[in-house]
Amino acid sequence: MFSNLAEKLQDTFRRLKGKGKLSEKDVDAAMREIRLALLEADVNFKVVKEFVNSIRERAVGQEVMGSLTPGQQVVKIVNEEMTGLMGAEQSKLARGEKGPAKVMIVGLQGSGKTTTAVKLASYLRRDGRNPFLVAADIYRPGAVKQLEVLSSSIGEKYYSNLENDPVNICKEGLKAAERENADVVIFDTAGRLHIDNEMMSEISTIKDEIKPEEVLLVVDAMTGQDAVNAAASFNEALGLSGVILTKLDGDTRGGAALSVRKVTGCPIKFIGVGEKVEALEPFYPDRMASRILGMGDVLSLIEKAEATLDQDKAKEMEKKLRQQQFTLEDFRDQMGQLRSMGSLDDILNMLPSGGNIPKEIKQMSLNEKSLIKIEAIIGSMTREERTNPSILNSSRRRRIAQGSGTTVQDVNRLLNQFNQMQKMFKQMNMSGKKGMGKKMKKLKNRFPF
Amino acid sequence: MSLMDQFKSGLARSRDGFIGRLGGLFSGGDIDQEFYDELEEILVSGDVGVQTSIKLVERLQDEIKGRKIKEREEAKNLLLELIVQIMGSAEITNEPDQKPYVILLVGVNGSGKTTSAAKLASLYKRSGKEVLLIAGDTYRAAAIEQLEIWSERTGVDLMKSQAGSDPSALFFDAMNAAKARNVDVVIGDTAGRLHSRYNLMEELNKIYRVIGRNIDEAPHRVLLVVDATTGQNAVAQAKKFNQSVPIDGLILTKLDGTARGGIVINIQDELDIPVSYVGTGEKLEDLAPFDPEYFARALLEI
Repeated sequence: MFSNLAEKLQDTFRRLKGKGKLSEKDVDAAMREIRLALLEADVNFKVVKEFVNSIRERAVGQEVMGSLTPGQQVVKIVNEEMTGLMGAEQSKLARGEKGPAKVMIVGLQGSGKTTTAVKLASYLRRDGRNPFLVAADIYRPGAVKQLEVLSSSIGEKYYSNLENDPVNICKEGLKAAERENADVVIFDTAGRLHIDNEMMSEISTIKDEIKPEEVLLVVDAMTGQDAVNAAASFNEALGLSGVILTKLDGDTRGGAALSVRKVTGCPIKFIGVGEKVEALEPFYPDRMASRILGMGDVLSLIEKAEATLDQDKAKEMEKKLRQQQFTLEDFRDQMGQLRSMGSLDDILNMLPSGGNIPKEIKQMSLNEKSLIKIEAIIGSMTREERTNPSILNSSRRRRIAQGSGTTVQDVNRLLNQFNQMQKMFKQMNMSGKKGMGKKMKKLKNRFPF
Repeated sequence: MSLMDQFKSGLARSRDGFIGRLGGLFSGGDIDQEFYDELEEILVSGDVGVQTSIKLVERLQDEIKGRKIKEREEAKNLLLELIVQIMGSAEITNEPDQKPYVILLVGVNGSGKTTSAAKLASLYKRSGKEVLLIAGDTYRAAAIEQLEIWSERTGVDLMKSQAGSDPSALFFDAMNAAKARNVDVVIGDTAGRLHSRYNLMEELNKIYRVIGRNIDEAPHRVLLVVDATTGQNAVAQAKKFNQSVPIDGLILTKLDGTARGGIVINIQDELDIPVSYVGTGEKLEDLAPFDPEYFARALLEI
């Protein structure tokens, strides 16, 4: 997400920083680039206009022109404005004052409400809460069934009743949740168009009846310019408390996130990053802003690594690396673990300044297809070959290429890369011994790329 | 109500959107830079995309200079023409020319495939065709039940398999059933998938091949279902899906909201994939053939 936008902005920044003196023309050119980058990322054009105008105003003022490093000053202003736009701190779900906290899930059709409702329940369960689900979408055929199936699959309790109307379903559902001693109730409501008066008044009735602590709007991250219309209408009718952005695992540039945040003033609380029930994460705006601006998001990366990677294996790996016994087999293992953390693009984007990583490296390791190839190649080797690649003569290489459906060139390339990597580890081992933070040290060992 | 009326009434609501209401733009005044800027904004706000919007406006500028046009009214008609020209270039036929005529619906999650499948089945059924629906989304919980309910409402036969089973196997059986039952039109629903997921796109290609192995030249039509609220990402969707299975047309859904679906201009322009149908509501009848001129008018808010 946002990688394209980040790349474009960083290009602009580089050009600005290189300038000793800054004319109004330079600023104009930079602003044009920023405008294009934001529009291409689907940020709403009105939001873009305001954003660019406020930067320009500050940039041509005394603050910048009088300074010794005007380019850097502009970059700083963009950083500040962007962070302001994204919001600062991560915001947590409200708790109920007495009785369970009530969370209403609302949104347009197809944005992903039902899936998100169940993902949220799963997240809250892992967070030590006791969630309960209410299936209030009686309009879309099969929606109630979907919630029932998904909830049961993770063992969460729910209330459903196809014979009742949504308002009563929610009231009954709340009672059922209280009987079950739930501390948070998630209401999955039907998808509706923000201009459908009847449906909008139904949902505000539900809100008045159950008095939720949270009203969360589910927004498809791929939404374009129209995101602001829907968000503004839902906010007006219901008074939203937050936003959940879904389908962020695609290649979307996600500008809708900025637009929605701007028109509603509501924080983005969670993001959906996959089809699995666990694929919902809390959203950290400050980290995202720094990711867009190319300053990296090492915190998220470390958390992600700690959550997904096998600690024992990591320790073992560290030992192997230190003793320089890292084999192709370990390499394959590591790749598997890396891939379980999400797409490699995502991971790379979290490293400080995506711009600093040479394009070649990005291309080498990031193409998922080439990963599959690498796995196939290593899979076609014998155990002996994996532990001791030096025995790979040309006839062995030919056999491996044939077995993995690749070419000898592919096999050679992999072996070269592996050699490079081993060299890299050696250097890292030497430099690693002096004052690097403990976490960073661990991290480096885990991510040879 | 005729199909055209439905299309219009669906779009009429989109036109009341409160952002970008710039109806006065074309009514009077000189053709100046401000006029072009506003035009670009209208296009961008309709999700046409900033690059394409700039390109369109530049082309309009050239035409205006070439034809020495002075009135905004005339300029408006010219832009309308330009867009209709792009969007209406392909000859669209929705009539089946083979039997059984196999249509496959594909798209990202939540774009409206299952609902569109039901609407399409209803459309063919109303024109007197024997239709068979295939509940090919075996992944999403209760997607089969969803289509089952629709098939009962439309009175169209449904082929289904166990949730979680291999969709290719279902499609293989369904093709045999379609031949045996002598149906006219087969409409296959598939699971929603993000175009960036390599494995899922491969799975889709397998479904496509299985269908073709069983019935010559099938599927005769592959329609990509695109949510009209989608932004620039729709182009990436069309590209990637088109790499996996050759896309013949789009179904542009949810046009009854405030989104104007301008992204289809890029898809037509870049990939030469036309819009076949538009979805304009939640009822079974809310699916209409695409009308380029009406689309262009709605997009420009005139």
